[in-house]
Amino acid sequence: MRGDASSMTLLRPRSVEEALLLYAASPRAIPLAGGTDFMVAWNAGEANGRTILALSRLSPWKRITETKTGIRIGALVTHREIQVHPGIRRRLPLLAEACATIGGSQIQARGTLGGNIANASPAGDTFPPLAVYEARVRLRSVGASRTLPLLEVFAGVKKTALAEGELIDSIEIDFPRLPARQSFRKVGTRAASAISKTVAAGLLFLSSDGRIREVRFALGSMAPTVRRLSSAEALLAGKKPTSRLVAEAVDLLEHDVSPIDDLRSTRAYRLEVSRNLLRAFLSTG
Amino acid sequence: MIELTVNRKKRRYFGPPFKRLLDVLREDFKLTGTKEGCGEGECGACTVLLDGEPVNSCLVPVMQAEGSRVETVESLQASSRLSPLQQSFLEEGGAQCGICTPGMLMTAVAHVRGGGPADRQSVRTALAGNLCRCTGYQHIVTAVVETAKREKKRRARAR
Amino acid sequence: MASVGTSSRRKEGPEKLTGEARYIDDYPLEGALHGVTLRSKVARGTLREIRFDPSFDWSSVVVATASDIPGDNSVLLIEKDQPLLASRDLNHREEPILILGHADRAKAYEALEHIEVVCDEEKPVLTMEEALANGDVFKRFEIVKGDLEAGFREADVVVEGEYRVPHQEQAYIETNGVAAWEEEDGTLVIMGSMQCPYYVHKAMLGLFPRAPEKIRVIQTTTGGGFGGKEEYPNLIAGHAAVLALKAKRPVKIVYDRAEDMRATTKRHPARIRHRTGVKKDGTLVAQDIDVLMDGGAYVTLSPVVLSRGVLHATGTYECPNVRVVGRVIKTNTPPNGAFRGFGAPQTLFAAEMQVEKIAARLGLDALAVRRKNLFREGSVTATGQVLKESVGARDVLDRAVALSRYLPRRKECERWNRRKAAPSWRGVGLAAVFHGAGFTGSGEAYLKSRAAVSLLPNGDIEVEAASTEIGQGTTSILASIAADALEVPYDWIRVSTPDTAKVPNSGPTVASRTCMIVGGLLKRSADELRRALEREGVEWPPTPSALKRAARRLCLDGRPFGFVQEYEPPSDIRWDDATYRGDAYCVYGYAAMVVEVEIDKLTYEVTVKDVVTAQDVGKAVNPLFVEGQIVGGTAQGLGYALLENVIFDQGAMANANFTNYVIPTTLDTPEVRVEIVEKPYSLGPFGAKGVGELPMDVPAPAVAAAIHQATGLFLTELPLLPERISKAIHDRAHRQS
Repeated sequence: MRGDASSMTLLRPRSVEEALLLYAASPRAIPLAGGTDFMVAWNAGEANGRTILALSRLSPWKRITETKTGIRIGALVTHREIQVHPGIRRRLPLLAEACATIGGSQIQARGTLGGNIANASPAGDTFPPLAVYEARVRLRSVGASRTLPLLEVFAGVKKTALAEGELIDSIEIDFPRLPARQSFRKVGTRAASAISKTVAAGLLFLSSDGRIREVRFALGSMAPTVRRLSSAEALLAGKKPTSRLVAEAVDLLEHDVSPIDDLRSTRAYRLEVSRNLLRAFLSTG
Repeated sequence: MIELTVNRKKRRYFGPPFKRLLDVLREDFKLTGTKEGCGEGECGACTVLLDGEPVNSCLVPVMQAEGSRVETVESLQASSRLSPLQQSFLEEGGAQCGICTPGMLMTAVAHVRGGGPADRQSVRTALAGNLCRCTGYQHIVTAVVETAKREKKRRARAR
Repeated sequence: MASVGTSSRRKEGPEKLTGEARYIDDYPLEGALHGVTLRSKVARGTLREIRFDPSFDWSSVVVATASDIPGDNSVLLIEKDQPLLASRDLNHREEPILILGHADRAKAYEALEHIEVVCDEEKPVLTMEEALANGDVFKRFEIVKGDLEAGFREADVVVEGEYRVPHQEQAYIETNGVAAWEEEDGTLVIMGSMQCPYYVHKAMLGLFPRAPEKIRVIQTTTGGGFGGKEEYPNLIAGHAAVLALKAKRPVKIVYDRAEDMRATTKRHPARIRHRTGVKKDGTLVAQDIDVLMDGGAYVTLSPVVLSRGVLHATGTYECPNVRVVGRVIKTNTPPNGAFRGFGAPQTLFAAEMQVEKIAARLGLDALAVRRKNLFREGSVTATGQVLKESVGARDVLDRAVALSRYLPRRKECERWNRRKAAPSWRGVGLAAVFHGAGFTGSGEAYLKSRAAVSLLPNGDIEVEAASTEIGQGTTSILASIAADALEVPYDWIRVSTPDTAKVPNSGPTVASRTCMIVGGLLKRSADELRRALEREGVEWPPTPSALKRAARRLCLDGRPFGFVQEYEPPSDIRWDDATYRGDAYCVYGYAAMVVEVEIDKLTYEVTVKDVVTAQDVGKAVNPLFVEGQIVGGTAQGLGYALLENVIFDQGAMANANFTNYVIPTTLDTPEVRVEIVEKPYSLGPFGAKGVGELPMDVPAPAVAAAIHQATGLFLTELPLLPERISKAIHDRAHRQS
């Protein structure tokens, strides 16, 4: 263990406003939510001497607010809280499912949705569900706020589009229509407590005549950031899902992702499995 | 100064607020029962209960536990008697080298206290964040299942 | 009530369950420095200069280098080639160069960042093939039986196969850790996580010469070993000691997970080639086997690993004509070492897969081929050993096959796999193995192990042995053996801490020898103690007060009263180290396993659905513990088969953390149905043989055989990752099109 606690500077705001002010004054401070990502690096001695902006006292960001049309999840809500929330389980089941696959129960109890997004790992398990649910991320800084679609928040491997002094306030999701088909699947390095090799979420909406009204399919661990398969989605919209069309859509998958060989898996495997998952999703029924 | 409740006693900690809860427990409060296995939040050997929930104490700076209730393996036994869960581990062979045992017990006790399902698969799912290299888990699962069953019976009788 | 054969409570169980058991990092050690290790970043080179950053405050730091070693700068195991600290030649990444200490652990690690190592880099040898081409062979063995060429002439079919197995990381949940200090009387004390206190003692004598009683090594509660703490502690103990002697303060070194994975020993990777001559009915007539292992940069225990590997290379089968050639070579990688099975899991994977291949070639079920050739009483092994007794090979095979319903389930899987619409492939696979108990051939005679059961001054009875508890149940089973030998209750028996100041050298806790060899010594010692006490007028079975009275009379000067027994090899064991012929091990354990897998057609993920195993251990001294060893070893074997992939990058482990080196969780290990078979060994205490390693040998080939049935793929390299299954399926489709 190489972390040096005595070397750290700690900022502990008691309110959101105070947090934003402190962050504006110390833009190189590291915002800390649940710590499940950051503390791993800290334990390895990679953040000694840094300033930490501790967010754990900001209770407004720990709330889940449900309305008739959607849900707002505070940045500091944990993966455990999300997966047990009745409204999320009923209306956004893919998100609930994803939260239940992140690490073991100990990680789910501490890791937060906002922290996960800010960490911007290419392998974030909640990101494909958030992408197909077209989540929006509300950002706040001193005296300002803005809302970005989730996909615009991610800028690269562990990089976000957050400006200096900006913190994630909450994640908003409008409840989708009831889909004809929905699926979440994580292919990990083992059965539990694993990093994904590829992770997929899909929503399929059908018209009354059996055509595809809309399909949304997202993949994680297949590119520096989560990706929607826009090429395949565009091809499928408004058409009848014949096996020939499905095959064409599956061929287009490669256009929207760029998987690599790394310590956990290979490009070839990731592509093949993602194609299989997409094909299975489109062919079920 | 950070105040927190550890094993039902109010404790005060005066050191750097970013010290890990794991190290505060082991070094400042001399509760060495909780172990470090990886420092990555993967093995669960450092599991303690934070406000009743199992967490990896190697990933919690102590300031995040301010005002909270922490329970460690040392809280399980009643003076010199092993708790029902500990006794079950002893009878079923749930501990071999013992290094994963404190963390395993804390995750298990939360599952039992929370009225978690007593079937083997649910227990395995609850313990998926605790690695053991010695037992292959089978005897651990038996110990927790037996304890959960007995606890459910006890609660049913009490009602 | 008898203790042997019952599941007595683990002696040290309560303190492990309450958190009171103390592992090395639980000891506070007043005034101690935290020691950290500066390691080579190059795989091969020459050390030129060590530069300390002048702007860093070195006043609170103590540094020890090779020049601070008073004795021989080598870590003694078999050869003296491994330095404790590199002084000139660098032979692998992570090679230790210096140790530094600071009262604050984080500051010690920070100091490391302020040291620059200047060296001339050379091109390292990183592959086995390259090492072989250079002739960098640490050791070679050859085993010959019969007439190989004559055997091949008799064969109807010749089958060739090549198999590869990777490194495997022991991944004990407690990392390596040791503390050292010098007492006022000049005794060097070493305390820590280890399997073999006397190995450490011998190594320290070479490094820090002094009278043997001036070195004291104490094993602390150890959080798993699996062989990874058999020889490695010699190195880390030397590091702690050299710094402690320099600083004149206690030093504690505890590795974090990344350092432990990168720098310490692993299972030897191997390439094994088989050329087998068989008759049409599956009878073996010729086995020509080549075993190549990667020892890493220094010899350490490689010759012994290779030895056990070649002695198991034929598999559990009798064949009249055999040649096994084994070589272990040197590469510029961290030295490999002991890991449960110690060469046998590697060569038995190959041997079993070769049987699978032969069966497929002949159109026979692999079970039939095994039944044709499997050892029985009277069989002759490749070294010419006649298996005279305790041969449970066919018993375990029959039990595993019956319990698992192997044949009908194979048929069910065949039917399932014909369904094109099925979401998965299913397969059932079988493997059968053997494992020599105790040290090889002359090894036990060379060790001359000693142990005693003694009466203490207060009337307690104590087991005195250097055998260590590392989770497998040593303390409890040795107590059981002593208790039953004396016909006293299990609870009356204490077991001494393995402390070289207090216990005789009963040898290392390895090689599945503890129960059989050390237990055997203790039984003899207990028998002698009983006879002596009966001569003193103690009526048997004794009462506690009778023992107290006897102790007052017999424990002179407050010393224990007992009879240390020294190992005597069985009179009918003959072994020739020069020709590698004779009785390689005094007895063998046997295991068979049937595994069912399900493979997802979309993702190629392999799920192990069911495991059935029967294992012959001679006598289960503690059945619960035997089952625990079998299930635990099965989990490690399944990890070896499916999940555990040590990825090397430029000569060091690149995935040195639990996130990326994947070991099984609760959801990766199925329920294992265990049947314990007992074919007693006449010279084992109460008939016991060994059980520690046997379970490790059998899962990987059983899984590979199951995958073979499920997919038709004959995969020859571990781990059997989904990526490799996917690629193999595509390569096959490509070839067929």
